[in-house]
Amino acid sequence: MNEVAIGWWGVPLAVLAGAIRAGTPFIFVSLGELLTEKSGRINLGLEGTLVMGAMAGYGVSYLSGSPWLGVLVAGLAGMAFGMLHAGLCSLPRVNDIAVGIALMLFGTGLAFFLGKPFVQPQAPILPAVEFGWWSDIPQIRAALRINVLFLIGLGLAPLVLWALRTTRWGLVVRVAGDSADAARAMGYSVDRIRLAATVAGGFLAGIGGSFLSLYYPGSWNEGLSSGQGITAVALVIFARWNPMYCLYASLLFGGAGALGPALQSVGVTEGYYLFNAAPYILTLLILILTSSSRRRFAGAPSELSITR
Amino acid sequence: MALGSDALRRSAEAVAIPLLALVASMAVFGIFVALVGRDPLEVYGLMYRAAFGTWFSWQNTLTRAAPLVLTALCTALPAQMGMVIIGGEGALVIGGLASIAAGLAIKATGAPPFVVHAAMMLAAMGAGGLLIACSGWLRQARGVNETISSLLIGYIALAVMNQMVEGPMRDPTSLNKPSTAALGDSYMLGTIPGMDVQWGLAFGIVLCVLAYILVFHTTFGFGARIAGGNARAALLAGLPVGRMVLIMTFLAGGCAGLAGMAEVAAVQGRANASLAAGYGFTGILVAFLARQNPIAILPVAVLLGGIGASSGMLQRRLGLPDATVMVLQGIIFISILASETLFGRFKLFQPREAER
Repeated sequence: MNEVAIGWWGVPLAVLAGAIRAGTPFIFVSLGELLTEKSGRINLGLEGTLVMGAMAGYGVSYLSGSPWLGVLVAGLAGMAFGMLHAGLCSLPRVNDIAVGIALMLFGTGLAFFLGKPFVQPQAPILPAVEFGWWSDIPQIRAALRINVLFLIGLGLAPLVLWALRTTRWGLVVRVAGDSADAARAMGYSVDRIRLAATVAGGFLAGIGGSFLSLYYPGSWNEGLSSGQGITAVALVIFARWNPMYCLYASLLFGGAGALGPALQSVGVTEGYYLFNAAPYILTLLILILTSSSRRRFAGAPSELSITR
Repeated sequence: MALGSDALRRSAEAVAIPLLALVASMAVFGIFVALVGRDPLEVYGLMYRAAFGTWFSWQNTLTRAAPLVLTALCTALPAQMGMVIIGGEGALVIGGLASIAAGLAIKATGAPPFVVHAAMMLAAMGAGGLLIACSGWLRQARGVNETISSLLIGYIALAVMNQMVEGPMRDPTSLNKPSTAALGDSYMLGTIPGMDVQWGLAFGIVLCVLAYILVFHTTFGFGARIAGGNARAALLAGLPVGRMVLIMTFLAGGCAGLAGMAEVAAVQGRANASLAAGYGFTGILVAFLARQNPIAILPVAVLLGGIGASSGMLQRRLGLPDATVMVLQGIIFISILASETLFGRFKLFQPREAER
C-alpha cells in the first residue's frame, strides 16, 4: 500500500485511530477499576496487573499459538492479583492505597522477571475487523482496522452499567461501596463482596494488558505500559463512576496519547516528550477542575478512601 | 518507671515486627528462587557478598543508599501528616535538571566551585520542593488526592526533563545519549574524604537527623503529627493545617530534589535520562519499611541499597534477570504492609499499666 499524501488531515485521522487503538486498554482497565471502587476500595495496583496481564497473555499466546487463550490467561493472572489485593486489604489496619503501590512494584517486577524469555520471539496476535473496505485511502483503512477486543469493550460498558443499576449483584456491590454498615446489616460480608469486585476488576485489567502485547503495539517488552493502569484510576474519577463515561473518557485519553506521534509524523517534532505526557497533564487538569475541597465528588462511593 | 519500660516495649514492637516481615519475605523469595531452579542459599550468599562482602562492595552499597535516603524522606515527611506522597522520582529528576541549569549558569560567571555547589543545591531543593508542594497545595485548595496527583506530577516532570535534555539544554556533542552540557571535572562535588562514596550520603544523614528533630522535637512537628492523626481536631485547636501541609510537602520535595543534585554533581556530571533510575520508587519502599521514621530510614536505605547493588552479580553469576531485585522488593513491600496488622497483637509488647 502506498501512502497517499493527505497532509494535515493525517492528524485528526491518527487521533481517531489512536482513540480506538490506544483507548481499548483504557476501557478494560478503567471498567475494572470502576468495579473495584464501586465496592468501596481503590486498587492502585492495576498498573502491575496490566503489565502482568500483558506478559502472561503474550507468553501463553507464544507457547500455545492461540492469542485468545493468551487473553484468557491474562485475565486469570489479573484475578490472582485482584485476590492478593483484596486478601491483604481485608486484614485489619492494612491500607488499600499502600497495598496498591506495593502491588504495582511487585506486578511489574514479576512480569519483567518471568517475561524475559518472551522479549525476542513473535507470538501470534489478535485478529482485527476491516471497517475501512469502502475507502481507497490506505490511512483511512488503517484507522478503521478495528480489533475485536475494542468491540467487546464497546459492549462491556453498557453491560456493566446495566449490571450495576438493575441486578441484585450490582445493588449489593453499590451498598458495600456506599455504606459497609448497611451491607453488614443486610447480612452480607463486606470483605467477600469487595473480594469479588476486586477479582472481577483484576480480570478486566489483565485483559486490558493483554491487548497491549497481543494487538497494539503487539509485542512484549519492558517499556510496554506507559502508565495506563495509573491513568485509569484518575479516569474513573473523571468519569464520575459511570461505566459509559468511562468508555468515552477512554477514547478521549487514547486520542490524546496519539497526538504526539501524529504531530511528529507531519513534521511537528517540537515538544515530542511533552505531547507524550498529554494524558498525564489531561488527567491532572481534570482532577483539578472536577475536585473541590468543600463538597464530595458527585457519584463517588462513600466508603472510598481517596474521596473522603 | 512503668512509662519508660512501656515506651521501650513500643519501640521493640516497631523494630521486631518489620524484622519479622523481612524474614518472612526472605523466605517467600527463597521459595520463588527455588521454583525457578536456583539454590536460595547460594543466591543469598552471593547477594550478601555483592552488597556487604568487601569494603569495595560496601562503598557501592552506600553510593546507592544515598539517593534512597533522600527520596525516602520525600515520602516519610508528608506521612507524618497522614499523606501518601509517591512523587519522589519526579522531584529527584526535576531537582537534577534545575541543579545542572543553575550550575552551568553560575559557572559561566567564573564563580568558585563552592558557590556553584550552593546554587545547585538551592535550585534543586527549590525545584523539587515546589513540585511536591503542588500536590500539597492541590490537596488543600482543591481536595485532589495527593497520592495520585504526586504520581502524575512526577510523570510530567519526567517528560519535562526528557524534553529539556533532548531539546533546549542538549549538548550537541552528546550523540548516543542526549545529555546536557557537562559540569566539568573541576566543579564536581567528588566523594566523601577517605571513602569512595558520594556526598549525597552525608546530605542524607544530616537531613534525616534534622527531619527527626523537626518531627519529634519541635512544636511544628508535634502539630503536624496531631494533624496527621485528626485534621479536624487540629483545625479546631487553631493549627494552621493548610500552611503546615505546604511546608511539609515543600521540605519533602526538597529532599528528593537534593538527591537529584547529588546524582548530577557527584555521580553523572550532567543531566540525562539515567537520572530516572527508579530511586524515587524504591524510596517509597524504604519509607514504609522504616515505618516513616526519619532515623530508621538510614539502616533501611543501606539494606535496600545493598539489594540493588547485588543485582549485577546475580545477573553475571547466576544468569538471573535484572528484575530479580524488583521481585524481592515487591515481596518485601507486600509483607511489610501485611505485617501492619500484627501491631497490638502480641501481649509481650503491650503497655503494662493495668498491672501497676
